[in-house]
Amino acid sequence: MNIIENLKEANLRGRGGAGFPTWQKWQMVKDAVSPDGRKFVVCNVSEGEPAVSKDGYILEREPEVVISGIALAMEAVAAQKGFLYLRKDYYGKHKDKLAKIIGDKPIEIFCEPCGYLGGEETTLLESIEEKRCEPRIKPPFPPQVGLFGCPTVINNLETLYFAAKIANGEYKNTRFYSVSGDTACPGAFECGDNLTVREVLEKTGNLPQAEFFVQAGGGASGTILLDSDLDKPLTGAGSIVVHDLAKTDLRKLGLSWAEFFVKENCGKCVPCREGVFCLKEIFSQEPLDIARAQDIVKLLAAASFCPFGKGVANSFGSLINKLMAK
Amino acid sequence: MKIIIDGKEIEAVEGQSVLEAAKNAGIEIPALCYHPDLCVKANCRLCVVEIEGIPVPAAACSAKIKEGMKIVTDSDNLKSLRKTNLELLFGEHRRNCPQCIWQGKCALLKYAAVFKANPMAVPLRKPEPDIVKFGPVILDRSKCIECRNCVDMCARQTGSRRGTDTEMKSDGFLEVEGQGKDIHISPSCDAKKDCIYCGQCIVHCPVGALDSESPVDEIDALLKDRKGKTMVIQFAPSIRTSIGEMFGMEYGMNVTGKLAAALKKLGFDKVFDVNMSADLTTVEEAKELVWRVTEKKPLPMFTSCCPGWMRYLEFYRPDMIPNITTVKSPQNMLGSLIKTYWAEKNNVKPENIIVVSVMPCTAKKYDVTKPEEKINELSPIDYVLTTRELGRLLQKNRINLKEMEQGAADDPFGVYTGAGTIFGATGGVTEAATRTAYWLITGKNLEKVECENVRGIAGLKKAVVEINGIKLKVGIANGMENAKIILDDLDKDPKAYDYIEIMACPGGCIGGGGQPLPVNDDIRKKRAAGLYSDDCSKKIRFAHESPAVKEVYDEYFKGDEHKIHEILHTSYAQKPKSEIIK
Repeated sequence: MNIIENLKEANLRGRGGAGFPTWQKWQMVKDAVSPDGRKFVVCNVSEGEPAVSKDGYILEREPEVVISGIALAMEAVAAQKGFLYLRKDYYGKHKDKLAKIIGDKPIEIFCEPCGYLGGEETTLLESIEEKRCEPRIKPPFPPQVGLFGCPTVINNLETLYFAAKIANGEYKNTRFYSVSGDTACPGAFECGDNLTVREVLEKTGNLPQAEFFVQAGGGASGTILLDSDLDKPLTGAGSIVVHDLAKTDLRKLGLSWAEFFVKENCGKCVPCREGVFCLKEIFSQEPLDIARAQDIVKLLAAASFCPFGKGVANSFGSLINKLMAK
Repeated sequence: MKIIIDGKEIEAVEGQSVLEAAKNAGIEIPALCYHPDLCVKANCRLCVVEIEGIPVPAAACSAKIKEGMKIVTDSDNLKSLRKTNLELLFGEHRRNCPQCIWQGKCALLKYAAVFKANPMAVPLRKPEPDIVKFGPVILDRSKCIECRNCVDMCARQTGSRRGTDTEMKSDGFLEVEGQGKDIHISPSCDAKKDCIYCGQCIVHCPVGALDSESPVDEIDALLKDRKGKTMVIQFAPSIRTSIGEMFGMEYGMNVTGKLAAALKKLGFDKVFDVNMSADLTTVEEAKELVWRVTEKKPLPMFTSCCPGWMRYLEFYRPDMIPNITTVKSPQNMLGSLIKTYWAEKNNVKPENIIVVSVMPCTAKKYDVTKPEEKINELSPIDYVLTTRELGRLLQKNRINLKEMEQGAADDPFGVYTGAGTIFGATGGVTEAATRTAYWLITGKNLEKVECENVRGIAGLKKAVVEINGIKLKVGIANGMENAKIILDDLDKDPKAYDYIEIMACPGGCIGGGGQPLPVNDDIRKKRAAGLYSDDCSKKIRFAHESPAVKEVYDEYFKGDEHKIHEILHTSYAQKPKSEIIK
């Protein structure tokens, strides 16, 4: 059985957040016709979302598996070149070690210049092409028209790590979780796939005693979940930030996100550039103009150019609707 | 294929975007960063529509149609999204509506009314003017909404983008800098890039963030207090079929007579028509072409009427300078004649004449400052007004062009032929020159006056013109992206052409950077059609038969080629990058 079949059987889905079936992405690139014969594989380690640290955790402990995962994907789709797209601090910390592991394999270690935006796959492609860090219009999607116009697999580090594990027969339906915030033992954990948020907190010894809420899926763009929402599977990038309800100033929490997004958004589209700035202004003063914030959230969710704006809408929308608009 | 928009079945063509398909069916989807001349950028997000089967709204400009697609363009949800979006846009657009080149007709205000957006809902993010100047162009970034139309257009003019490219490029003189809220448009600091002053950025800006430096107030003051000066105004060929738009007249309507009357009413002592000197340019250029061909001098010969093109060659391709005709542009030729022949004839000191020139062009403002253009130490032209600025000057003086009686430009520079008037459209100079070159070589006039193979607003035209067994390979381009194709052709084969006409702006002068807003292919076609019907209606259609041209040669030059060269010809030289003033 070939690797793509194996991935399909193991039902491995992208661990970067979107959860797209990995085998399908590889199959698309394998089948795609390249205009100049080239195909690429990019391992995305931009891990720009605050409170997500699982890719760094894996890179620290099992870099060999990651590199073999990239090589595996390259072989599976017949790509001539791979890129290891590293967050700036990961690059500084691990590049020498990684270069040794890579040896003479055609895998380039690339230091990402985009910050948070590098997590968006077409922005990542633009940055490797030395263009402005901005998303492309989709379609076409990267498996059809990717890096330098060629079919390209872009997978999160964890995805390629587990692809390698699957190839070696070592996959036990696990995934990595990052837990942080007002909690007993924060960190990265490997547990079973498809756990609910409550199960992750319980299994990692992080279920708080005091009244709390969590932000699931990323420390900036993740969704706010209350106690009653915790029995749903944790999706996305597998991150949970725990907030002690009594200790948390909701306006300041929103402001910290807004400041992050103002700094990190690319500025290409109006909803993000202006909407995020406006959210920062709104959350900078009291009383909060909740109605305007809701209008902006609605616009970001419906009309922003790339998933970045939808992420902003996700966190602000759930914060406002679940905790502030009562 | 068939698609359904707002419950209405419409016929659409595969490959079209939802926005284009809707537009063809007469359904307007609001959009700001969309322009039919430019590639799709999808950054304003105003055009989002609901498509059945797609969970979130999609940008109509970038979404391609599919058979049977069901699209809603005006739901309550979309209306409220657009309202919020517009309010955010107003938050980054410092309004100065009374001074804006859109004169209250911009899309922002139009859609604000439609979607009940409150322009004051969001506090201004950039409350102070943030101005940067390059040549005659002024960019106020406090008005800019970062749509990048200017950057895209500039990449066509000074960068590597071609009109057929579907992806935006930003390697021209205008660049995008910064990130997030600090994003802004900036002129390039690259020593190898410069503005060619074409003004295409201005006419493609949806919100009036770009404009040209205007002498309207100075001219207005001079008209009211002449200080002993004689005030003369001249207007370009293409003005006559565009300025009417600013007074609610139809696209392409020829207003030569009304314009002459309006300019006199403004208080100018003399009103002259640049069509007259376009005729003279034609004769001189045809003479030079025949000379270059028969004497084996450098070919191809480039036309020089377009100052954006001249600026391009003088900055980017100085190696091509020997190929430029030495004949002055019609504007500078007429200015030169006014300050020599006309001054002498009327016993006026040249230094006491103020020549105002109305041009469809912003680069002409630069053109008159060039030292090579001087005539007896004087600039041939004192002020250049764009079409838009003249409209402003008339409005300021409460002169409604539409209501003017028919007047006429003054002798001796008021009479023109059909050849002169078509200078305003791409291919027009070639056609005019061909008519006269034929006569110079054969001693006879062409039987069929019209040269259909050089007409039309296609960006690039190639033709072979045969005169008495001499085959001339002609290349005609409008828009710098097409000019660059011709230059590439020449780099590969220096003998690829014998005669080349280039106009930097799409469609030629009728699509110039100084023309009224808005502009698109339909409007350019109508303006050009107005000029061709003017040509058709003229009794005389050969430049060499112009009585005004004959008078100048007979009365003034009397066969003195040295004098002709001194007054009607110029020279070119490599030019440095212009200063960027912040």
